[in-house]
Amino acid sequence: MSAADLDPRAVPGVPMAPALPRPAPGAGVLRWLRGRHWGRATVIGIPFGFLVVFFSLPFLVVLKMSVSETEGVQFKDLVSFADGTLTLQFKLANYQFLVTDPLYLRTYASSVKYAALNTVFCLAIGYPFAYFMTRARATLRPILVMLVSLPFWTSYLLRIYAWKGLLDDHGVFNNLLVWLHLIDEPIKMMYTPYSMMIGMVYTYLPFMILPLYGTLVKSDPRLLEAAGDLGTTPWKAFWLITVPLSKAGIIAGSMLVFIPSVGEYVIPELLGGPQTLMIARVLWDEYFQNVDWPMASAVAVTMIGLILVPLVIFNRYQSGVGEEPGRAKAGGGAR
Amino acid sequence: MTATSPSALASPLAVVPAAAAPGDAGFLRVDHLTKRFGEVAAVDDIVLSIRKGEIFALLGSSGCGKSTLLRMLAGFETPSSGGIYLEGKEISGLRPFERPINMMFQSYALFPHLTVWENVAFGLKRHQQPRDKVAAQVERMLALVQLKPYAQRKPHQLSGGQQQRVALARSLALEPRLLLLDEPLGALDRKLRAQTQFELQSIIKSVGVTCVLVTHDQEEAMTMADRIAVMSAGKLVQVGAPREIYETPASRFVADFIGNVNLFDGVLVEDEVDHCVVETPAGRFYVGHGITGVKGQRLSVALRPEKIEIATRAPERTDVNCLRGRVVESAYFGASSVYRVALGDGSRLQVSEPNSERHAEVIRVGTDVFATCSPDALVVLVS
Repeated sequence: MSAADLDPRAVPGVPMAPALPRPAPGAGVLRWLRGRHWGRATVIGIPFGFLVVFFSLPFLVVLKMSVSETEGVQFKDLVSFADGTLTLQFKLANYQFLVTDPLYLRTYASSVKYAALNTVFCLAIGYPFAYFMTRARATLRPILVMLVSLPFWTSYLLRIYAWKGLLDDHGVFNNLLVWLHLIDEPIKMMYTPYSMMIGMVYTYLPFMILPLYGTLVKSDPRLLEAAGDLGTTPWKAFWLITVPLSKAGIIAGSMLVFIPSVGEYVIPELLGGPQTLMIARVLWDEYFQNVDWPMASAVAVTMIGLILVPLVIFNRYQSGVGEEPGRAKAGGGAR
Repeated sequence: MTATSPSALASPLAVVPAAAAPGDAGFLRVDHLTKRFGEVAAVDDIVLSIRKGEIFALLGSSGCGKSTLLRMLAGFETPSSGGIYLEGKEISGLRPFERPINMMFQSYALFPHLTVWENVAFGLKRHQQPRDKVAAQVERMLALVQLKPYAQRKPHQLSGGQQQRVALARSLALEPRLLLLDEPLGALDRKLRAQTQFELQSIIKSVGVTCVLVTHDQEEAMTMADRIAVMSAGKLVQVGAPREIYETPASRFVADFIGNVNLFDGVLVEDEVDHCVVETPAGRFYVGHGITGVKGQRLSVALRPEKIEIATRAPERTDVNCLRGRVVESAYFGASSVYRVALGDGSRLQVSEPNSERHAEVIRVGTDVFATCSPDALVVLVS
């Protein structure tokens, strides 16, 4: 089974050391159990099992729904046996509809677009931020990390609501601008793609900054000195050394921002407008407005599929790091 | 010539004769250089002149300021005062990437995401060289350090010794006017170090580059350098050839820092042109060189352990350069034996004897011995 089986300590019934007074019965079994790394297995296994069960069960239910025939409010079984025939039936009409109806395609596209924009903005703002955090005095850094995670101390919903108060036609910003006579009448900020993007970037920025900070803080300042010594300006050294070496942080941060942004519901709902239809909203409508559960399920399954794409790329990258001996980029041309 | 000058790169590796021709005394001049960190002067008013083609070692224990001095040469630290002149030109105002100086960093600082080839090419590419020239130079450098088969490896796939050679190739690729080595062998284990020492020295000499190295290892400094500067508390204590520093240390600090030494504090009783006599509690010393001192002056006499002979029988003269004592410790090292002898005044004398005969008389612990030395073995230290 495992390497632990070969461990001599794991052999059952190994006699206890004679020096020990009165070996407890079953000590051999205990030792055997210990040899199998039960502690580690438990610590990893329980939450892992929990996640697997409570992610895959609902997912399978949803997946089943998406391909089920309905009979009134009842779902028909996928497998049926009648007249001596075993039938396995998948209804793919929902998926067919999904890829043919421009509404869904457009919504998926706009979800991915806003999620991608959000990722780009978070990266553009978060990277310099994380970089200068690592350049701050060592005593100051924990405080900066705490400040970045400070928004988590209050409810996410409340914070999004607060933006409503700031961006409203008679909100703080508009009032201020009018009072400063920079504008004559309020600018429409709320319920536009802009207000939604502001909310998204605001919400997801910490998820970008923290992993970036984590990788950047480990970077070796001597590498930049070495680059400078070899004739590189600090700006170039940043692009040639710092950025490539923080790739893992960039990817992790981008995943943490992109994936949940695709399915974001609250922010487009509260801050977005008619132009910012995103897939979570369609999902909501299918479930609770149209009560078309199979269709809603198909939408949900497709969304998960969509998110899997970047995850697979991410995994591919991670397993590729470290080896790849012959990635002859610069060397290739010289041969 | 500046770092960005293409002609510096276009020329093939100049193969200068190995012997450091003592020309150009002021190739690199360090002029009253001081670096203060707050109140502390890490480098304190240092004046130094390094010859062209020379390997020059800055030797000192940690915190003596040697690394700070090196970093000022490289441009990573700005001097608080004083100047640095390379071939007569003031360079202390130039930033690191503007100096025709390259450094091999302590534990190398190789770029982990780049291959060996790309690491070596890094500096060359920054100087807008045509691709074929870059390639040719990288190949030449890899051949020089015998790493051609490893060109496509990443640094973490190399052994410590190989990484060190990549670092050397990278710092030599731009054909710097001055090469700086920061603890070049510090990251290697002992056995590899001895071998690498000579390899590194011969590569540097074959390229003919002037080189300043920083080390805390006296053996490393002695074997590699043409001249050594011993540093302590931000100041230069003594500058000289390895032999000079060992045989004629200028101060108690240097005598003690380089190798093992027996020091005797005493009073000057006689001072002539060709000799002087010092009276110490351990005995009277007749020293084979004169000093310009005053009678009664307090000073010390230094005596290296290997320059002492011990015997159980009394020598002809016992009034000078002869110490009586009893062996309290002995250790046999094969090539030599080391003894500790308790002297009459309570001090301990360290003696190192070559085992030149296979069946010589064994001097055991507890034996009463006479320790003698020639007048030439002794050095008087005034400070």
